[in-house]
Amino acid sequence: MMKKYNFAFFDEGSKREIRRATLKAIAIPGYQVPFASREMPIARGWGTGGLQLTLSLIGRDDIIKVIDQGADESVNAVNIKKLIISTTGVQDTEKTAEATLIQSRHRIPEVELREDQIIVLQVPLPEPLRTIEPSEYKTKKLHADQDYNGIWLMLFEQIMKHGRMSTGADHPVQVHGRYIMAPSPIPRFDNQKLNDSKTLTLLGAGREKKIYAVPPYTKVQSLAFADYPFTVEDMSAKVCRLCGTTGVYMDELFDRDTEETYYQCNDVSYCLQRENKEMDDLR
Amino acid sequence: MGYVAVKGGTTAIEESIKRLRYERLKDGRVIEVEVIKSCMRGLIDRIMSEGSIYSRDLAALAIKQAEGNPEEATFLLRAYRSTLPRMHYSRPIAPKDMCVERRISSAFKDIPGGQILGAAYDYVHRLLDFDLYNESKREILQWLHLYTETFSQEVPEDHGKLPKVIDLLRREGLMTETERDDTEPQDVTRDNIRFPTRRSERLQILTRGETGAVTALGYAAIRGYGIVHPTVGELRVGYLPVHLDYPMANSQTEDDVIYIGEIQVTEVETLVPEVREENGKAKIEFSIGYGICYGQNETKAIAMSVLDNCLEKSHINSPVHDEEFVLMHIDCVEATGFISHLKLPHYVTFQSELDSVRKTREGKQHDEKI
Repeated sequence: MMKKYNFAFFDEGSKREIRRATLKAIAIPGYQVPFASREMPIARGWGTGGLQLTLSLIGRDDIIKVIDQGADESVNAVNIKKLIISTTGVQDTEKTAEATLIQSRHRIPEVELREDQIIVLQVPLPEPLRTIEPSEYKTKKLHADQDYNGIWLMLFEQIMKHGRMSTGADHPVQVHGRYIMAPSPIPRFDNQKLNDSKTLTLLGAGREKKIYAVPPYTKVQSLAFADYPFTVEDMSAKVCRLCGTTGVYMDELFDRDTEETYYQCNDVSYCLQRENKEMDDLR
Repeated sequence: MGYVAVKGGTTAIEESIKRLRYERLKDGRVIEVEVIKSCMRGLIDRIMSEGSIYSRDLAALAIKQAEGNPEEATFLLRAYRSTLPRMHYSRPIAPKDMCVERRISSAFKDIPGGQILGAAYDYVHRLLDFDLYNESKREILQWLHLYTETFSQEVPEDHGKLPKVIDLLRREGLMTETERDDTEPQDVTRDNIRFPTRRSERLQILTRGETGAVTALGYAAIRGYGIVHPTVGELRVGYLPVHLDYPMANSQTEDDVIYIGEIQVTEVETLVPEVREENGKAKIEFSIGYGICYGQNETKAIAMSVLDNCLEKSHINSPVHDEEFVLMHIDCVEATGFISHLKLPHYVTFQSELDSVRKTREGKQHDEKI
């Protein structure tokens, strides 16, 4: 009976298979490549798509950073990081700039990523058309035919009902003028970071068994109308209570004693580095 | 928003894991894996079937580690399974070669080979047996000795092989004729399924399905959401031999095989009457629903056979005839994973939603003023 696990959990054959799907995904930006998603030691829906990408890519010299909703020490981030480290022994970091491989749930870090880094996003629902069409068979056809009327209509109906597009996170984007893609539930604030990014963005959905990618320097446009432009969450007037930054994505918190709402950088490592004066520029 | 996601996650997790260990051990007792293996046949069979790996040892270990929680034990086995390279595929196994331990037919009273009840809960009264509180090892050994003495020592000529009930109907021409399909099955654990699926893919997903989910959908199908009214043509429980091609030889002959062991399975063939038009005349015949799973899991195997038949009739507009509805939602690890992910923090996404809700509200008020 096998007791010890291979480097990075998987057998090498499985890793190669996932990397092949990843290469295909990079070659067809925004296209969801089906892959034989494996069951992982963490639950499906808890980042297994991202984890499979990370484990298939990681080498002994990599430095890993894992964040969950902006925090390195959030329980699930810690859990995933622990698994990666215990099966690989690689070094980890909380500083975005130091990492070679970043796995993230629902955020792209505030520090601009570089060409020599890869960011892996965990995806719960990879199909941007799922809200308008429950059948996988049919959504695949819609993508093939580039028939995106349904999703445009959905946004149009939101404008008719609410006077504006009422999407929250996971606002759909069009990648390099072809595929419409779910950017994973990153806030709209982060959508713009995907556009013409220097870094390779990989997206993995474990439960739905899909891998897709945005290669570096790729055009990523958030869906919007000429008269109803895309807007991000309004962070302009908000100041982080800890580090004094403005213009980054903030968590809204409530002080029970003073009954006041206050704000704090959602990207915790960015906030800490600002506080410790490790970051001179404002991004 | 009381919880601030900053430092401290690591320690909190370590403490939680300690507490979990405490809950498993707090009464100061240790259950041996061997005891689980010997005494928890029902749970082991279920976990092997859902975990999609045939190993009583590993299933027993998983049950111990998971404190008997089936979804957790299944999860452990599936995750372990991911680390195993696929070295070989077995030779096709013909279930007609089963060494039968139990075999019933609800279609015919008198079947060649007879009905063999074997071990089943179907004929016991579900009364709590309070004597089991004080079951003594001496007594059970005594009973075992007396009982096993009655076993016949002769190996039957056919090694427990029995003819298939369905072949009777097939010979009479009462079964819907289907073409023999020997295409290599698609391995759903190595290649993602695509819709529309092939039958080999459907059967694999059904047999790996969560027992409760498969049963519930099978039940829905016969209660009113499917047009299936099945009869159990034959249900068998028994052992199947597994053979591999001899690794060094390229020859595919009968002799170049290695016997690697046997697996216990439950196999069900249900008969579903169907009306077919032929030369303007309505003709009734039977189509088949097929269910098979590791161990003795009779309810699941029957429900699987019902769903198999439903999914062959995908033109019918009902959830249980819709392959995406059935196949995408019955996997234990997928369903429990996504449901439980709702426990993860959603601060960023919720903040984004909140922003959107607030803005639409502001917009509304503005409109009203005008």
